[in-house]
Amino acid sequence: MSTRLARGGRLIDRTKPLNFTFNGRRMQGYRGDTLASALLGADQMLLGRSFKYHRPRGLVASGAEEPNALVGLGEGSRFEPNQRVTTTELFEGASAASQNHWPSLEFDVGAINNTFGRFLPGGFYYKTFMFPRFAWKHLFEPVIRRSAGLGKVPQDRDADRYEYAYGFADLVIVGGGIAGLAAALQAGKEGKRVLLIEQTAQWGGRAPVDGVEIDGKPADEWVKKTVEALGKMANVTLRLRTMASGLYDHGYLLAYERIADHTPGDGRPRHRLWRIRAGHVVTATGAIERPLSFAGNDIPGVMLAGAVRDYVVNWAVSPGDRTVVVTNNDDAYRTALALADAGLIVVAVIDARTSVKGALPDAVRAKGIRVLEGRGIAKVKGSKRVTGVSVCTQAGEGGEIEAITCDAVAMSGGWSPVVHLWSHCGGKLIWDDARAMFRPDAAKPPTGDQGEAMVTAVGSANGALTADEVLADVASQIGGKAAKTNTVAEAPLEPVWIMPQGAGPQLKMKMWLDYQNDVKVSDVQLAAREGYHSVEHTKRYTTLGMATDQGKLSNINGLAVLSDALSQAIPQTGTTTFRPPYTPISMGAIAGEARGDIFQPLRKTPMDEWHGANGAYFEPVGLWRRTYCYQRPGESVHDAVNREIVNARSKVGMLDASTLGKLIVKGSDAGRFLDMLYTGVMSTLPVGKCRYGLMCNENGFLSDDGVVVRLSEDTWLCHTTSGGADRIHGWMEDWLQCEWWDWKVYTANVTEEYAQIAVAGPNARKVLEKLGGMDVSAEGLPAMEWREGLLGGLRARIYRISFSGELSYEIAVPASEGLALWKALIAAGEEFGVMPYGTEAMHIMRAEKGFIMIGDETDGTVIPQDLNLNWAISKKKADYLGKRAQERSHMASPDRWKLVGLETLDGSVLPDGVYAVADGVNANGQRNVQGRVTSTYYSPTLKKGIAMGLVKHGPDRMGEVIDFPADGGKVIKARIVDQVFYDKEGAKQNV
Amino acid sequence: MSEAVSALNGKSSSGFATVSEAGLQGMITLRGDLKSAKLKKAVKAATGVDVPAQRRIAIKGDKGAGWMSPDELLILVPYADARATVEALTKALDGEHHLVADVSDARAMFRVKGAKADQVLMKLCPVDIATLADGELRRTRAAQVAAALWKSETDEFTLVSFRSVAGYVFGALELSARPGSEIC
Amino acid sequence: MLTLECPYCGVKAEETELQAGGEAHLKRFGPGSSDEDFDGYMFMRKNPKGVHFERWRHSYGCGKWFLAARCTATLEVFGTYPAQTSEPPAELQARIKAKRPTWGGYK
Repeated sequence: MSTRLARGGRLIDRTKPLNFTFNGRRMQGYRGDTLASALLGADQMLLGRSFKYHRPRGLVASGAEEPNALVGLGEGSRFEPNQRVTTTELFEGASAASQNHWPSLEFDVGAINNTFGRFLPGGFYYKTFMFPRFAWKHLFEPVIRRSAGLGKVPQDRDADRYEYAYGFADLVIVGGGIAGLAAALQAGKEGKRVLLIEQTAQWGGRAPVDGVEIDGKPADEWVKKTVEALGKMANVTLRLRTMASGLYDHGYLLAYERIADHTPGDGRPRHRLWRIRAGHVVTATGAIERPLSFAGNDIPGVMLAGAVRDYVVNWAVSPGDRTVVVTNNDDAYRTALALADAGLIVVAVIDARTSVKGALPDAVRAKGIRVLEGRGIAKVKGSKRVTGVSVCTQAGEGGEIEAITCDAVAMSGGWSPVVHLWSHCGGKLIWDDARAMFRPDAAKPPTGDQGEAMVTAVGSANGALTADEVLADVASQIGGKAAKTNTVAEAPLEPVWIMPQGAGPQLKMKMWLDYQNDVKVSDVQLAAREGYHSVEHTKRYTTLGMATDQGKLSNINGLAVLSDALSQAIPQTGTTTFRPPYTPISMGAIAGEARGDIFQPLRKTPMDEWHGANGAYFEPVGLWRRTYCYQRPGESVHDAVNREIVNARSKVGMLDASTLGKLIVKGSDAGRFLDMLYTGVMSTLPVGKCRYGLMCNENGFLSDDGVVVRLSEDTWLCHTTSGGADRIHGWMEDWLQCEWWDWKVYTANVTEEYAQIAVAGPNARKVLEKLGGMDVSAEGLPAMEWREGLLGGLRARIYRISFSGELSYEIAVPASEGLALWKALIAAGEEFGVMPYGTEAMHIMRAEKGFIMIGDETDGTVIPQDLNLNWAISKKKADYLGKRAQERSHMASPDRWKLVGLETLDGSVLPDGVYAVADGVNANGQRNVQGRVTSTYYSPTLKKGIAMGLVKHGPDRMGEVIDFPADGGKVIKARIVDQVFYDKEGAKQNV
Repeated sequence: MSEAVSALNGKSSSGFATVSEAGLQGMITLRGDLKSAKLKKAVKAATGVDVPAQRRIAIKGDKGAGWMSPDELLILVPYADARATVEALTKALDGEHHLVADVSDARAMFRVKGAKADQVLMKLCPVDIATLADGELRRTRAAQVAAALWKSETDEFTLVSFRSVAGYVFGALELSARPGSEIC
Repeated sequence: MLTLECPYCGVKAEETELQAGGEAHLKRFGPGSSDEDFDGYMFMRKNPKGVHFERWRHSYGCGKWFLAARCTATLEVFGTYPAQTSEPPAELQARIKAKRPTWGGYK
């Protein structure tokens, strides 16, 4: 059994016990524990079930590479699935639950997949679900959906908050082991602005566990001293619990700081996502130990040798009472020594190498531990827990030489440098045959914006294995002098990709490469036989390396097996692509501050609060919040809209039009510039007058419209659509800066400087006259003109323009006085029956008048000519933006769909966007079409449905009835009519 | 005008730094040739400060001028003086290609105050706040909207955004200044 | 995520402060131009793997458009320069040529 040892544990504080639960069972650990060490200390070896076969699984590792031990952590609003217990710091009251089993962890129905494992080989999904087609939807998918997938989706709203932070440094050092610390110390002394980050809660990395001594002192002391020295440097920032998630272009590094995972509910943000711009990055990310591929290497109790050592030394937890060490290298002997030092039994060290000499093996032998040379494990015995191993010769086929009874197996297949960050942004790797590892190729680093190397890999991340090598590597690459260590010589490892070498199919079917995704040696070999020769294809076919650990353990072993099956060298096979994040990061951290009210900027007009307090039913218009209609108690949205329209047409209405874009264009070339921008002529517009204008892009398509106002001899004010202000301002600046940079024109976007209110309806003039101060009579302010003055004491500019067809004034005042004007108009208009109206009433009134709306009648493929707007297009101008495009044959074709009004025969409202069908079918067998609806509403003025649409030869077909198939096989018949439904003569507004 | 109200009417909140909307502030966009003698003279007369160099802002009393782009300045004056200043600038620059626009009401101004005020901005702006020089005006974004900021005093930053998103900016600043979220 | 130095305000801006504007140094063809010329102006783009000239706007900054020479394969930035020019500065062209000897020129 696994248990807590009576003594030791460099990271735990035995005076601070912490209570937690696993699957409801109460357990205890100590401050400094990870959830993994606490569980193991409480003899909880079985922690989950595998993804595909539902095999019982326990801890394999002690860090970020752990593939098996994922749990659902927390409850309710703090529940999160797939939390890795090895990287979860224990806290008081933690509650964890195992995943991927039913009905219970100990008894799992899904484990039947295991029995039938030979029917679920690599590529199973692809092969099985091809035929018959119906079976996927009705049979396979429902079953798979129920049994597959890790963890449960949280049901409650996340109680925590998250944030970003932007960081900057000359040098970001990733990894707080001795390599990272030594590099930081050197760079710090050189005066560089240094940021050192470490993903765990401690500095020092592996060295203290491995018994390293630096300058004659235990590594822990050196680490403490170095961290203190760094802490005193103002130019050095240290950050624990911060994982470098990914490295991107130009030194952009994302780092994930877990601020309050171990102190939930303490009021701090849970995670902070650092967006760091690094001058240079040093990866001191260490190495990850590789498993060995022998049959039963996934049975709980089989762990990485380094991890076993970590549990014993860091947390005083023994994974088992009787441990067998199995290895192909010297490093694993440190585990045997650590176990022996803790008073635990090491039954034997099984070494695949035929002749084992050197300081570490000698030290092990000196403890009376048997070292079996040239041996391997034929298979591990046990199901939910190791009960023993069967020893064989590594060179053979797995015949049992000896059976050993044990409850833990510590395995080591060598170490692989953590090259993820190096590789994320294009750094290349080379295969180091002597060390059997891919390590960074210093000649092909990821490059920055000057083409320079932007990453330096140091220490174990660069392939250095001993403390001496690590510090020497730092000194040679970063600078300074390497400290002396107690490193002893180690014999080379011998690559072992499967154990034993001649294992047959029965054994290979139980040799796990990817634990979480249940990919075995036999699956990869099958893939190779079936023609999957590219490592990227094999990955996807077998799902090797696709689990949440992203192949941290399986990658090298998997591609070694593939290389062997393809009879080629490992470098020829290559690796799969390393992609961010290094380990999964929370969705909350990715969202950062963008939640709730500040999920997205919400643009509000100065009168927004009034609208909200007066029944506003809001709708988004771009990022603006506008009032769709003002609902009265008990009133439906539809009824409110109709009431607002009837009132505006019969009395007077008010619209908050502040969102309209307002761009000032000034200069001696401003007229010439606007003539290029608009299809019409703006240079001839007299001061004091307004003119409607259209803007097209260079492709000829209509892009925006609005009323242009001539303010003075050299100044125009261009109104744009509400959503178009920034876009059109950018468009103007683009042409002025990049094409006509010698023209004397300045622009300014003053959209938000003014609150603008439309007062429309037969009583509009009376309301303004009541406020007083300006002559708004038919003679004093004729249609399409503007005046400035004091209206009701407020400095205002009044434009006599109408988008409703009614007598209408648009009044602009400084935004800070918008609310005052709005209230003054409401008060003044009371006796004249004033009511505010919203955007929907505005839309319907303009449609009743046959006015187009950008975004309804236009969709990026419509030219002004399609909308019968030739009157707004100058025939005389030699050029305007879009003119050349409109001369293209297709644009000039008489067959283009053109705007018409549409009136259903039964008075109903046409569905939005429906198509009118024509006779016959096209080459694809689809029904031919001849038009579509662009705007459609119920008109309370006309008490029937009205619509506009684009119809082939439409204007020439007045009175013709065409068919619009709608949902449910229904066909709606509509007559082509003039697009102006209301007050065709324009009598209403000319008063 | 007595009825004028700023975007958030001086709203304020206290976290590890104090965030407040600064109320009504006169702001004028001046576009023109920043090297012209006439413009230099006009700016000096209107604000008491010289035309600032690239990315600089100069403040003297309740007036100032900030460099917004090679042909644009932000003129700061008391809100009540904005109209008169627009008129004065327009008059002074008569005959020279320029544009003067009152943008006092188009914008909102915020102050972030406290020993750790820089940390509030570090969470929202992709700018190296630690190396932002005294008197440097930085245009950037604050979370998802455009902003301009400068160090207005020891332990105080001023930030300008568009008026319509004042509520959003305040929300982002308030959240970023909440106690417990100090960066260090 | 790229960083580009705005030649107008000197800020080394990151991509989120910038707006991309496609290929630089296009010649506009208006009314009277041939279909081929207009087609080329409107639709045909080089899209090279290697040295490329692009338009960028410092939109969350000084608002100015500038031009950048950049390697689309390595993302190396050779230089940025104001947009008020019809061809890249000679000095920049020489620098690119030195770094990418096989480069065939900006046209």
